Amino acid sequence: MLRRYYKRMSLVRAFELRANEMYARAKIGGYCHLNLGEEATVVGLTAALEDRDYLYTTYRDHGYAIMRGMDPSAVMAELFGKATGVVGGWGGSMHMFDMEKRMLGGYGIVGGQIPPATGAAFAVKYRSDAGPKSEAVMCLLGDGTTNIGAFHESLNLAGLWDLPIVYVIINNGLGMATTVERASAEPDLYKRGCAYRIEGVRVDGDDPVVVRDAARVALRAAREERRPSILELMSYRLKGHSVVDPGRYRSQEDTAEARANDPVPAFRDKLITKGILTEADADDIDAQAEIRVTEAVTFADESPDPGIDTLFNGVYASPVANLPWQLPGQPVVAS
Amino acid sequence: MSTTNRVITYRQALNETLRAELERDENVFLIGEEIGVFDGSYKITAGLLADFGPKRVVDTPIAEEGFVGTAIGAAMLGLRPVVEIMTLNFSLVAIDQIVNHAAKMHAMFGQQVKVPLVIRFPGGGGQQLAATHSQNLEVWYAHIPGLKVLAPSTPAEAKAMLTAAIRDDDPVIFLENLALYNIKGEVPDGEQIAEIGKAAVVKPGSDLTIVSYSRGMVTALHVAEEFEERGVSIEVVDLRSLRPLDRETICASVRKTSRAVIFEDDMLSYGIGAEISATIGEGAFDYLDAPVRRVAASEVPLPYAKPLELAAMPSAADLVRVVEETLDSTRFMK
Repeated sequence: MLRRYYKRMSLVRAFELRANEMYARAKIGGYCHLNLGEEATVVGLTAALEDRDYLYTTYRDHGYAIMRGMDPSAVMAELFGKATGVVGGWGGSMHMFDMEKRMLGGYGIVGGQIPPATGAAFAVKYRSDAGPKSEAVMCLLGDGTTNIGAFHESLNLAGLWDLPIVYVIINNGLGMATTVERASAEPDLYKRGCAYRIEGVRVDGDDPVVVRDAARVALRAAREERRPSILELMSYRLKGHSVVDPGRYRSQEDTAEARANDPVPAFRDKLITKGILTEADADDIDAQAEIRVTEAVTFADESPDPGIDTLFNGVYASPVANLPWQLPGQPVVAS
Repeated sequence: MSTTNRVITYRQALNETLRAELERDENVFLIGEEIGVFDGSYKITAGLLADFGPKRVVDTPIAEEGFVGTAIGAAMLGLRPVVEIMTLNFSLVAIDQIVNHAAKMHAMFGQQVKVPLVIRFPGGGGQQLAATHSQNLEVWYAHIPGLKVLAPSTPAEAKAMLTAAIRDDDPVIFLENLALYNIKGEVPDGEQIAEIGKAAVVKPGSDLTIVSYSRGMVTALHVAEEFEERGVSIEVVDLRSLRPLDRETICASVRKTSRAVIFEDDMLSYGIGAEISATIGEGAFDYLDAPVRRVAASEVPLPYAKPLELAAMPSAADLVRVVEETLDSTRFMK
């Protein structure tokens, strides 16, 4: 089990480092936010989810997509904007999605995911009874997002209607460059549900087992008691807000301390100390992750761009009369 | 089997349609402020809580962004929410969920998810509600790919379009109007499903085309009848659907009549009429005998005082005057 978690953390780390590199090489466009430093959180949360559960994430979503069972090659192809990407090149870094895997989206608008995730929990309750076999919803958000109205409106609805949802606050201490203390009048974010009678707990986000166990408790309450809750995970962003952010607003001591607490080598060392892994095992796992990521890059590189003839295919699910399909400069009506 | 018609109000047509769809499909539910215990701010949902219970008719707190987004999430999982927002004005606090989320999801998530959602609200001024409660911002939604925007003008259209909207797999903005709720009209019994995206020539004519929608249609038809008595044959086109827009029906009418006036409740600049006018310019330029004119609202926050409110809103008299000016400019009127 722990060995598997290390494998997963290693894969997320390798994937994100390669994504960073591919961005620098202009293979990836737009914004690109990485899960570097957040691997334990990614692995712990996804380990706690059942296949039948629904996951809504933020724009920092690559690791979650892969750990939800989406093909790393298709995730990389999405970053490259290719037809073989998880959403056919329509979403990019911030919008990973897979209905079958119940990964219901990366969301680029801060807080935008929270009301729809709450609605998914509404649908679960609408269609089924509480119990151990029930579905549940997990909604991720960052520390900065706890200040947006959508968060508070959603919590109120979830509390009022007893919805099966866990709001996971990934507190990496910074909303872009703004610290939690500068942004939130109540910096103990797990307490922010108290106005809605929603309980919260705060745990270490750097240990996948701690994260998994806390998430399981919260999911069980959602599933079996229809009790929404908040789970705050203390985490750290190893890099800037996005790949183009050098993070100059952070002190050198701060950054040095974080590197010392980097969850991936920390978990590796722990497993070696416990005798669960040898150095050679760990090196092998890291090497396998590199191979997998290299495969993903090759796949993405060799994949075709989406055809221009598909531009209008997906705007509407039910085609109706007179939908506008013209390219720029084309006539809108026959003269 | 012959279809019978009954004369009912626009309000009753909406109420009966909601009832029929709730009965037909377990996945349909209504959600909004004061729609249950209070029977709806404008009584559109009267009696539905009593008959379908709180699971299907969901009263919400005052939290438009929250409950519109909740409806979006429920739609992602296959439910078919029909949201009531008390008026168009309050939809603005939910606009991130509507524009950034509902409208984008099907395309941006690689066509893996559908958002079968209806958002109903009345727009319109004329009730002395002052600036924040009297707006016609439907063009904001009509601007957005991924949304469909319907604006029925009669009880029969209200029934057929709401049925179509609820059964459509995309997010539909369903524009009602405070001034339409009490109008009466013949409504056929039985299932009626409108074709989304089609305009309708509701009165044929040969001398000038009036294009309008929603509340404006009542005035447009009234004015057209007046001109009929004066020997002028006016064709009236009801847009019905603001997105998609049926450009061909508009242009076909103007190619026949050679003159066009657009009657709209929204602001003149960048409004619905601006889009119609540009469409006519592109699709019927060679047929035009006069400049296309627009009768739209004055560009002020709508005032409370009745004389000021009336002055700012487009009226039948304004439409008559502009139709006469358009005819005069081509020496049509003797």
